[in-house]
Amino acid sequence: MHIREETAERHTLAVIVDNEPGILARIAGLFTARGYNIESLTVSEITADKAVSRITIVTSAGPATLEQIVAQLDRLVPVHRVHDLTAEGDHVERELAMVKVRGTGDHRIEALRLADVYRARVVDATTSSFVFEVTGGRAKIDKFVELMAEVGLIEVARTGIVAIARGSEAA
Amino acid sequence: MTEKSGADILVEALCDLGVEVVFGYPGGAVLPIYDAMFRSKRIKHVLVRHEQAATHAAEGYARATGKPGVVLVTSGPGATNAVTGITDALMDSIPMVVITGQVPTTLIGSDAFQEADTVGITRHCTKHNYLVKDPARLGAVIHEAFHIATSGRPGPVVVDIPKDVQVASARYAKPGPIQHKTYRPALKADRAAIEQVVDLLAAAERPVLYTGGGIINAGPGASQLLRELVRLTGAPVTSTLMGLGAFPASAPQWLGMLGMHGTYEANLAMNEADLIVNIGARFDDRVTGRLDAFAPNSRKVHIDIDRSSINKTVRIDHAVVADAGHALEDMVRLWKARQHPKPDLDAWWRRIEGWRARQCLSFPEDAASDVIMPQRAIRALHEATKARQPIITTEVGQHQMWAAQHFGFELPNKWLTSGGLGTMGYGLPAAIGAQLGNPNALVIDIAGEASIQMNIQELATATQYRLPVKIFILNNEYMGMVRQWQELTYESRYAESYSDSLPDFVKLAEAYDWKGIRIDTREQLDGGIADMLAHDGPVMVDCRVAKLANCFPMIPSGAAHTDMILQANEVSGTMDDEAKALV
Repeated sequence: MHIREETAERHTLAVIVDNEPGILARIAGLFTARGYNIESLTVSEITADKAVSRITIVTSAGPATLEQIVAQLDRLVPVHRVHDLTAEGDHVERELAMVKVRGTGDHRIEALRLADVYRARVVDATTSSFVFEVTGGRAKIDKFVELMAEVGLIEVARTGIVAIARGSEAA
Repeated sequence: MTEKSGADILVEALCDLGVEVVFGYPGGAVLPIYDAMFRSKRIKHVLVRHEQAATHAAEGYARATGKPGVVLVTSGPGATNAVTGITDALMDSIPMVVITGQVPTTLIGSDAFQEADTVGITRHCTKHNYLVKDPARLGAVIHEAFHIATSGRPGPVVVDIPKDVQVASARYAKPGPIQHKTYRPALKADRAAIEQVVDLLAAAERPVLYTGGGIINAGPGASQLLRELVRLTGAPVTSTLMGLGAFPASAPQWLGMLGMHGTYEANLAMNEADLIVNIGARFDDRVTGRLDAFAPNSRKVHIDIDRSSINKTVRIDHAVVADAGHALEDMVRLWKARQHPKPDLDAWWRRIEGWRARQCLSFPEDAASDVIMPQRAIRALHEATKARQPIITTEVGQHQMWAAQHFGFELPNKWLTSGGLGTMGYGLPAAIGAQLGNPNALVIDIAGEASIQMNIQELATATQYRLPVKIFILNNEYMGMVRQWQELTYESRYAESYSDSLPDFVKLAEAYDWKGIRIDTREQLDGGIADMLAHDGPVMVDCRVAKLANCFPMIPSGAAHTDMILQANEVSGTMDDEAKALV
C-alpha cells in the first residue's frame, strides 16, 4: 500500500486576530494538528492599541483542504476574520530579506552592481562585507539570493510573505 | 464595592451562572477554591475518585439535563487526567467548563511541583481555553467561558487559574449579556437557504432525513420540530449514534441508526436516496463508509451550526449554517405557509419495506440453549424498563452498538454515549452525572466487562452520594469489538483481546456496598433484571452472555453501504492493506 497525496496549490491567507496570549500557538498548532502545510507565517500588530494582529500565512493545499483551512481558522474564538487573498482576487505580496555577503576585490564590485539591478539597499558595510536589504516578491528574492551565492553569500534573514488585496477596500 | 479573593469571585460567578453541581477532586493548587466552596455552601460538590471520571460525569450531567457540566481539578496530574474527558466532550460537542488549578504565576515555567502546561496541553482539545493571570479578569473570563461552552456548537472550555490569582483580591460584578468581540455564532439561516431546502424536500422522490447530535444539543424543542417535519413530509428518518432519541424508535418513519453498525434499511436508503438532508450530523467516517460510494446519486443538504463541518469529508450541494432547532422551526413554518401537500413517497416506502423485510437486526439464537445472546439481553432490558423512560449510558464496544441497535429510544437526552472519541470508561461516571441531574430517573450503564474496569473506582462515588445507578454488564470475557475485528481482518488471531483475571463482579459490588447480581442463563434473565429494578440503591449486574457473538450488520472499514455484512458466515477473515489501514 502507498500513501496518496492531494495535488496542492499555493494560497496566501490573511488572518485578523485578537491579540491574546497563545493565539500564534493556537493557529500554528491547528495547522500541525490537522496536517496542513505552512510555507511561511508572519505576524504583527496592526492597530494603535495593539489589540489586533494580522497573520499572513502562505500554505499549499488542494481546494477542499483550503476550504477547510479557512473554516477551521475562522472558528477559533479569537479570530475576527479570515481571507483567502489568492482566491478573493488580485493582491500584492512582498517579502523583505537581509542578505549578508562577503565582498572583497572584484566580488565586491559585482555584488554592488547586482544589488543595484535588484534595487537592494546597503544597510551595513565593512571593508570585507555588505548587508543588503531587498524587498519584492518571493521569486525576486530567491533570484537575488541565488546570485549572491555566487559572489560570496554569508547568511540570509527573510521576513516571510506579507500580502494585501489591491483596490480601495479592506479585505 | 469591596474586593474579594479570586476563589470567592469564582464561586460567586458560578452561582450567578446557575451552577448547581461541580464534579471534582481537590489538590494543592485548588485549595483556596475548595475552601471558598466550603464556606459558601451554595454549590454541591461531587467528589469523584479519578479526574477523568469528573469530566465524564460532567458530560453525562450535561447530556441528560441540557445544562453545562462543570469540573474542578487541581494542577498537573489533575489537569492531565481530565484531558481524555475534555477531548471526549470536544468530539461529541458537549458543553463543559473545566476549572483547573495552576501553580502560582511566579512559578509558571519553572517545572514546579505538580506543574503542567495546562493551556498548552488542552489548546487543541478544547473549544477555547484561558490562563487567568489577573483576579480582576477572573469573573469576566468565567462568564465568557460559559458563554462559549454553551453557545454555537457546544464544547469544553478550560479555565486555568494560578493559585496566587485564587488568593489575591479584586472586585467582581456580574456582567450583563456577553457581546463577544470575535465569537458570534450564527443561529438562524437566511430565509433563501431554508426556502431551497423546503423546495428540495417537496420535490424529492426518495428523501432521507439524516439526523445527529446537533438536534439533541438544540434542546427538546428541536426533537419536537423534527417529529413535526416528518409528519408534514412523510420522509424516512435515520440518525447517527449521537442523535438517537431525537426521533422515536417506535415511529413507522424510523429506519434505525445508519453507518458501520446501522440497519440495512437505513444504509440502503442513504445509498439509493435522491435527497439527503443532514440535520446536525457531520458525515463521520463511521457513517459514510467509503466516501466515493457514499449516497452516490443524491443531492446533499447539510444543516450545521459549525461551518467547518460543511464540505469537510463529503461535498455538499446545499449548505445551511444554522442551529438545528432554528432551521427545523423555519422549515416547518415555511412548509406550512406554502401549504405543501404531503409528497407521495409510496414507491420509495415500498422499496424501504423491501429492505426492512431482511430483518437485519435478527440474530441467531438456539431455542434449546441456556446461553444468553447479548442482543436478547438488551431487548429484555428494554422491555422491562421502557415504561420508565430510562437514561441509558454505555461504555465503548460491542455492548454499545448492541444497545444502540436493540434498545429503542423514544426521547432526547436519554442516550449518553461516547461517540466521536470512543472512550472506554465513559459509562459509569456519565451515569453518575446523569443521575445527579435527574434524581428520580432510572439510569442504567450498559457496559462490557472490559470497559467497566476503566473507571470502576467510581462505584464509591455512587455509594457516597446514594445514587441508585444500575450497571448492566454484558460479560463475554472478551474485548468483543477488538476480537470481532481480529476475526474480520486477522484470521481470528486474538492478540490480547481476552479479558483474563476478571474480578468477581458480584463480590466487587458488595465490597462497595452495592447490590451485586449474576445472571448466567436465559431463564434467569428477566428475573435478574426485575431484581435489579426492584432494588432502590445502586446495582451491578454481571450478565454472562454468549462469548463469541459478534455485532452485525456491519459495514467493514472502507467499504460502501452496499457491502454490508449481515451475518457471521459472510466474514472472510482477511482484508487487503488499504482496508487494514483504516480505523
